[in-house]
Amino acid sequence: MELIAVKNLSAWFGEFQALKNISLVAERHEVVALIGPSGCGKSTFVRCLNRLHEEVPGGHLQGEVWLDGQNIYAPGVDPVNVRRGVGMVFQKPNPFPGMSIFENVSVGLRLAGISKRAVLAEKVEQALRQAVLWDEVKDVLKRPGTSLSGGQQQRLCIARALAVEPPVILMDEPTSALDPISTAKIEELIQELKERVTVVIVTHNMQQAARISDRTAFFLLGELVEYGKTDQVFTQPQDERTERYITGRFG
Amino acid sequence: MRSSDKLFYYLLKTLAWGVVGLLAAMVLVVLWMSWEALGHFGLRFFVDASWDSWREEFGALAFIYGTLVTSFIAVLLAVPVSLAVALYLNELAPPWIARPLGFFVEMLAAIPSIVYGLWGLFVLAPFLRDHVQPLLATYLGFLPFFQGPQMGVGLLGAGVILAIMIIPTIASISREVFKSVPESLREAALGLGATRWEMLRIAVLRVALSGVMGAVVLGLGRALGETMAVTMLIGNRPQIVWSLFESGQTMASILANQYAEADSSLHLSALTAVGLALFVVSLVINSLARWIIWRMQRVV
Amino acid sequence: MFERISLRRRLVNQLMLGLLFAGAILAAVPFFFISWYVLQKGLGALSVEFFTQTPVGPGQQGGGMANAIVGSSIMLTLASLLGIPWGMAAGIYLSEYGRGKTAQTLRFAVDLLTSVPSIVVGIFIYGVIVIHFGFSAYAGGAALAVIMIPIVARSTEEILKLTPQHIREAGLGLGLPRWRVILRIVLPGSRAALLTGVMLALARVAGETAPLLFTALGNQFFSHSLSEPTSSLPVQIYNFAKSGYPDMEAMAWGGALVLVLFVFIINLVTRALMGMRWN
Repeated sequence: MELIAVKNLSAWFGEFQALKNISLVAERHEVVALIGPSGCGKSTFVRCLNRLHEEVPGGHLQGEVWLDGQNIYAPGVDPVNVRRGVGMVFQKPNPFPGMSIFENVSVGLRLAGISKRAVLAEKVEQALRQAVLWDEVKDVLKRPGTSLSGGQQQRLCIARALAVEPPVILMDEPTSALDPISTAKIEELIQELKERVTVVIVTHNMQQAARISDRTAFFLLGELVEYGKTDQVFTQPQDERTERYITGRFG
Repeated sequence: MRSSDKLFYYLLKTLAWGVVGLLAAMVLVVLWMSWEALGHFGLRFFVDASWDSWREEFGALAFIYGTLVTSFIAVLLAVPVSLAVALYLNELAPPWIARPLGFFVEMLAAIPSIVYGLWGLFVLAPFLRDHVQPLLATYLGFLPFFQGPQMGVGLLGAGVILAIMIIPTIASISREVFKSVPESLREAALGLGATRWEMLRIAVLRVALSGVMGAVVLGLGRALGETMAVTMLIGNRPQIVWSLFESGQTMASILANQYAEADSSLHLSALTAVGLALFVVSLVINSLARWIIWRMQRVV
Repeated sequence: MFERISLRRRLVNQLMLGLLFAGAILAAVPFFFISWYVLQKGLGALSVEFFTQTPVGPGQQGGGMANAIVGSSIMLTLASLLGIPWGMAAGIYLSEYGRGKTAQTLRFAVDLLTSVPSIVVGIFIYGVIVIHFGFSAYAGGAALAVIMIPIVARSTEEILKLTPQHIREAGLGLGLPRWRVILRIVLPGSRAALLTGVMLALARVAGETAPLLFTALGNQFFSHSLSEPTSSLPVQIYNFAKSGYPDMEAMAWGGALVLVLFVFIINLVTRALMGMRWN
């Protein structure tokens, strides 16, 4: 069964419809890239996958999102339970100020009720290793998370999301605020993460989508114009609008 | 610059710096008027609790004690309520509740001190005497704080009225501070599977902690200098006692009570020295609060 | 895939959200209690005499607080004459010329002056004026002015800063000198908001009691001159409240109602004005 299956999803901000009847499936251990011009709804789409969209004033939606065989919008589903199973990394690195590197990574575990120091230490190390940050911070775990460089902060945020071992990680333009070297590191990291998790990544950078993703979805004005294998979308787009976008004729 | 421009500029500049001059003059005048008492009693003035205008024995300790106790009660009671209202209004309430509720809390700040005093004296104090103090005495009476005569007016009454008065101060500054916490931190917490309260705890309260401290210190500053409501509720007897039911006197209330009728120049000077202490403490406290808030807003 | 969060976490969440709501309600409760009592007890004391008569002795019927209302009006006028121009000048300076470290220092000083306990302002005026000239309306007005200055300065600065830069540039581009741009273009453009700031400052000092206790003192009749002790509404309320006579206490509630209405109406009107500007 698919890990992610979105069926007829429409989303609104008040009166404004940001997503129009989107359907999409993704398998395990895939990287799915969402591309499209700004304002096309790709960020809104990922925020529907962990029920963050409804936190925005006026945000509401219709349709179904199935994660691992369960409709997360079924009545009675607690969004808190959903979000535990879906990690999220944001556009700007946002470690919690006032928390050390260690605390930033362990905060999700502590919320889940794990308080044994040894278990926390082990899981924190594991997450930091997966985020390829361990070697850089292992001696300074007590320093504030905000004292790291931008690229390190973003990897810290990835470690924070990985620590609770979610099967899905959502990334909303995670490299748009970073320099090219940090960006390259994070792209490499995403490739490795595929072993463990499914990554849904929003990007405004088509080269990035082509480099790192297995499937690509092209959004335009709230519609899903095209979705398929990345090679295919970039080499033989089915829709004329996709072709015009990837050849740089608008956007 | 043209000469008319220059004239205008220097006129404004003079008046603007005149405000600093005013503050400086205030320090100098109050210091100068306190000189006689400070010279006469020295630093003993601040550790001596006797206040006798017949024998001209003056010490401010009882007033310092009264001010500290009432301000402490006020902060203790006001902080949880202020933080609750600030969090609820900023983070939880739908707009149709947040607007009127926020308005009522803000209007608390507009009510004059004398009206708080009047209400405190005739409504709050009898209520404390008849309903709150008996309860405290029954259940917590083994503590020295809750023993003695139940009169309503006293340290406890003054502390409660001060708490009500500083709620809008602490709440409104806390709301500003919470607003400066980036939205993405809240989303990060929710994204980790935090409940709403856990989100408030790790992404709002913890991040804004130092700013909230600033708000609390500012509230404390207001409580220390508050005069009329306290004067009307504290019972006006300078004494150092454990019981919060007992009467007391604060630095501000002794000034309100005796300044216009000081018997001698030493008495007047001693009163002014109390005012000087109050002045210095409030300058320090307010500078500290503004520094804390300024620093926090720079970090986030 | 979806582990349910523990019952404990859900309960703690519900409990804390409930406490926050309760705290929010608790914070608003005093407003209703105070308003209710002031209205209920004050309304009975208001009459034509309240506004036209001076106080009578304890135990006697009738009398009013006319002298206190007049005294308050006089001292507020005096305070405005000194405090508004001075405060506005400082505010204009901060907004139009205030840059860098010195302006920062100035702002800090203004903020500190705002937070000086008002009773200390009373001592200052006592030392500067009362010692030499005795208790008077002048002294009371000066004390209130000192309290008004920083409030007016800050509100003026905040308001003028909202004026877009291009409006000033347009004026300067016409060849007007800077002072005329400020006086003829910037200030008139913010007239309503500036008035709002001044009204709020007035509302704030109208209730001040402590700085008047030993500057204007107070009395039971109309003063004949500004250099005599002068009664004011807040001080009169204070004296009546602690008199111990029920008639006088009733008068005090009447005075409180007048004061609260004055303050609330100013706040409501200014809010409505600002709301209209912003929407």
